Amino acid sequence: MTDVTNLTAAELAGVIASGEASAAEVAEAFLGRIEAEDGAINAFLHVDAEGARAAARAVDEARAAGRELGPLAGVPVAVKDIMTTKGVPTTAASKMLEGWKPPYDATVVERLKAAGTVMLGKTNMDEFAMGSSTEYSAYGPTRNPWDLSRIPGGSSGGSSAAVASRMAPLSLGTDTGGSIRQPGAVTGTVGAKPTYGGTSRYGLIAFSSSLDTPGPFARNVLDAALLHEVIAGHDRRDSTSIPQPVPPVVAAARQGATGDLTGMRVGVVREFDEAEGAEPGVIAAYKQAVETLGKLGAEVVELSCPHFPYALPAYYLIAPSECSSNLARFDGVRYGVRTGDDGHNSLEEVMALTREAGFGPEVKRRIILGTYALSAGYVDEYYGKAQKVKTLITRDFTAAFEQVDVLVSPTTPFTAFEIGSRTEDPVQMYLADLYTIPSNLYGGPAISVPCGLSDGLPVGLQIMAPTMRDDLMYRVGAAFETTQTPLVPQR
Amino acid sequence: MMSTSTLPSYDDVVSRYEPVIGLETHVELGTRTKMFCGCSTEFGGEPNTQVCPVCLGLPGSLPVANAAAIEATIRIGLALNCTIAEWCRFARKNYFYPDMPKNFQTSQYDEPLCENGYLDVEVNGETVRIEIERVHLEEDTGKSLHVGGATGRIHGATESLVDYNRAGIPLVEIVTKPVPGTGVLAPEVARAYVTELRDVIRSLGVSDVRMEQGSLRCDVNLSLNKPGEEWGTRSETKNVNSLRSVERSVRSEMLRQASVLDAGGSILQETRHFHEDTGETTSGRSKETATDYRYFPEPDLTPMAPDPAWVAELKAALPELPRVRRLRLQADWGISDFEMASVVNAGAVELIEATIAAGGSSEAARKWWLGELSRRANESGVELGELAITPAQVAELQSLVDGGKITDKIARTVIEAVLAGEGDPAAIVSARGLEVVSDTGALTAAVDEAIAANPDVAEKIRGGNHAAAGVLIGAVMKATKGQADAKTVRELVIARLS
Ligand SMILES: [Zn+2]
Repeated sequence: MTDVTNLTAAELAGVIASGEASAAEVAEAFLGRIEAEDGAINAFLHVDAEGARAAARAVDEARAAGRELGPLAGVPVAVKDIMTTKGVPTTAASKMLEGWKPPYDATVVERLKAAGTVMLGKTNMDEFAMGSSTEYSAYGPTRNPWDLSRIPGGSSGGSSAAVASRMAPLSLGTDTGGSIRQPGAVTGTVGAKPTYGGTSRYGLIAFSSSLDTPGPFARNVLDAALLHEVIAGHDRRDSTSIPQPVPPVVAAARQGATGDLTGMRVGVVREFDEAEGAEPGVIAAYKQAVETLGKLGAEVVELSCPHFPYALPAYYLIAPSECSSNLARFDGVRYGVRTGDDGHNSLEEVMALTREAGFGPEVKRRIILGTYALSAGYVDEYYGKAQKVKTLITRDFTAAFEQVDVLVSPTTPFTAFEIGSRTEDPVQMYLADLYTIPSNLYGGPAISVPCGLSDGLPVGLQIMAPTMRDDLMYRVGAAFETTQTPLVPQR
Repeated sequence: MMSTSTLPSYDDVVSRYEPVIGLETHVELGTRTKMFCGCSTEFGGEPNTQVCPVCLGLPGSLPVANAAAIEATIRIGLALNCTIAEWCRFARKNYFYPDMPKNFQTSQYDEPLCENGYLDVEVNGETVRIEIERVHLEEDTGKSLHVGGATGRIHGATESLVDYNRAGIPLVEIVTKPVPGTGVLAPEVARAYVTELRDVIRSLGVSDVRMEQGSLRCDVNLSLNKPGEEWGTRSETKNVNSLRSVERSVRSEMLRQASVLDAGGSILQETRHFHEDTGETTSGRSKETATDYRYFPEPDLTPMAPDPAWVAELKAALPELPRVRRLRLQADWGISDFEMASVVNAGAVELIEATIAAGGSSEAARKWWLGELSRRANESGVELGELAITPAQVAELQSLVDGGKITDKIARTVIEAVLAGEGDPAAIVSARGLEVVSDTGALTAAVDEAIAANPDVAEKIRGGNHAAAGVLIGAVMKATKGQADAKTVRELVIARLS
């Protein structure tokens, strides 16, 4: 048997189902890989070896008993540390939650377990998902397997690095402004943000409630679709969850794998082309990708989304506003760390000291931004106006999807940058989400698929689809993938 | 009461100032589960036993709105003649306090579920219309216990304990528009409004509206102005925990504000706390550093959009409201406004109605509930309805009197026995042998015995002095333990001695 960590998730499910390898052996192989690699990469905040072994054993027993196995039974998955896992530490990469063990599973985690997947552990991230580089983790940065001096993207950088370095075949991330797609792009992995409300937020430690969306990372489009289908679907515990059937993403990925896009209309957004700051290598790979889509039979249409340039500033009002409220609960009263409770400080002082000590700089920056944007006298000018931009961007998408089936763009303007090179200038960091944010404000699905290298570093192609038409982006992504050589880092 | 001497008299105050009152009432709904989770709303559980990730605001948890609470709020709005919003949202009210698990309260801000209604109340036989500004739905907070400070408040406490059982219980806030022009009646109007509101909500069956348990809470806003001048600055009095306190707090705030204004001072816009023991208010947290609640629409919940057809159905299905019912009963019973007012004030409407339903006449029902039974309730310091006697028992008692089985006087003895738990009136009468002695043979014997024992008196009666009969009647009554009808005895005595 070859090294199973080289196999795709679909292949792993196959060898486990056929008995070629046991789920326990597969789990051990990935745990071994983590042991060997993660010292250098720091993708995991917590490895749940015992939990993984027990879950793998249960799959092997179910198979031995002749019970039917799900399409991902026995396949290991790494989970972003922003998702609650019953009895397993969940910190959102913050000092604030050090040692907290949630009493319940997030819905997506519950569905992973029900599907018989094997959770390896919890992955590193920017604290409370605020960042684009995983440098804002309270537990040290995660490194990009393509170049250890560079960032793996963020905020779901642990999840992208784990998949890119074959420490896990699959992982879950969350995407609020690009936090799955951008790390996917810069690590050469596939990262998908489902339709907002298509995957449940119950058990996701909230950053920006109206934007947060959990979704899959994988090394190919089909694997991402398989994981997507396992975690998606209506959840009555999340009021914003959409009570509709899951779009047929796996079937769409299989259809796309035929490499035929005849009849598909692909939109290219003029405003994106005019945006400044994108690296020439990224633009070159993207142009090449658009040409390839044409060769696959798609009709490429240039169109205008006039409000897209306002997406980034609107996002940096909406997300901080919501986070300033969502993170108010971290006060040391009920759970997590408590600072300054020495018998002299008042309760209010203890709450303030706890927040001072527990939150990192980027979280504080956004709480302050959001508190300001919601303040009396400013709320209409900032939060209110940003909501109007959100409506206008939604209209842009709706109008665009009357002309085309999907929109494409680069996923992020630049390849993985050097650790430390952008932390001094938050606005430079925020630019990483230039192309990804419009889909979050609209609520529609979008995926990043590798489209080559620029100076030896991966570049991603973003494919955006209408809400609840996640299947379209998987079809286009899978078709495009047939033209690409798999990107494998030299580790 | 140290400040009493400096306070002007109430009559003096109302002759020089006009009060404007406003009432903010919070009603805990009696839904089975909390506003945004499935936890029980039962009162009085062990601290922190009725909690879950949602109502504890644990990271990752999300709210799901309780449809029964939304329906109850709409019904309250309809009963208060409000317009029901066709589309509205919850909003987050952000402020830090340890009894709020998320450090924001899910409430409503500029899009209340119900607005622009009114409630008519009766004060001194006059109808006063109280305009309702809004009725909205929110979640209750937990309860804090601050230990070690001088004041029992958060400042200076060495330890704070929090019970989250109450956190997340659906709470309806009902806010009146400012009510000017009530003058001397301001305290009574305030009380009448809260009473009427309580009765309306109780009639809807959506809350037990018990002020002593906190399921009905009231904040009283009050300002004074000189006639013809603009409204003054208002204070907001909290901790008003009974109907009586509503009235007292308005009166005491009127006196306090008048004395401040008389002395050339100005009223602070502040929160004040009412004290049951002294009947006075003291200053709470000043609102000068006004909290900015940073309201914004709750992104975790979808908007509420009650279907107008469904709202119309709810409206059609509202029960008869207390005021309408009172007017109908007053007409049925054929009593005056004044008499009806005493029935209402005694809290006897339902009791009398039920007594009549059980076969009693309206006169008799009113006589017992407003007379003997009110007296006993007062003596024991309980509400009339809390007495251990049912309307059916009162009806039975009256039928015993009407049938000549017992006298009115014996009836009072029977009431005492019923209250003591001895059973139903008829059973008590027979067990205790309290039935009127109507057997003339037995009575004649008792009369003859009395005549034989009092020859002098008998002689006087024979001589035509019928007034002397009282002595013999008394003797017979004593011998029959009061169970004889005095009138019958008198007739017998005179017949024997004629
Ligand atoms: Zn609960």
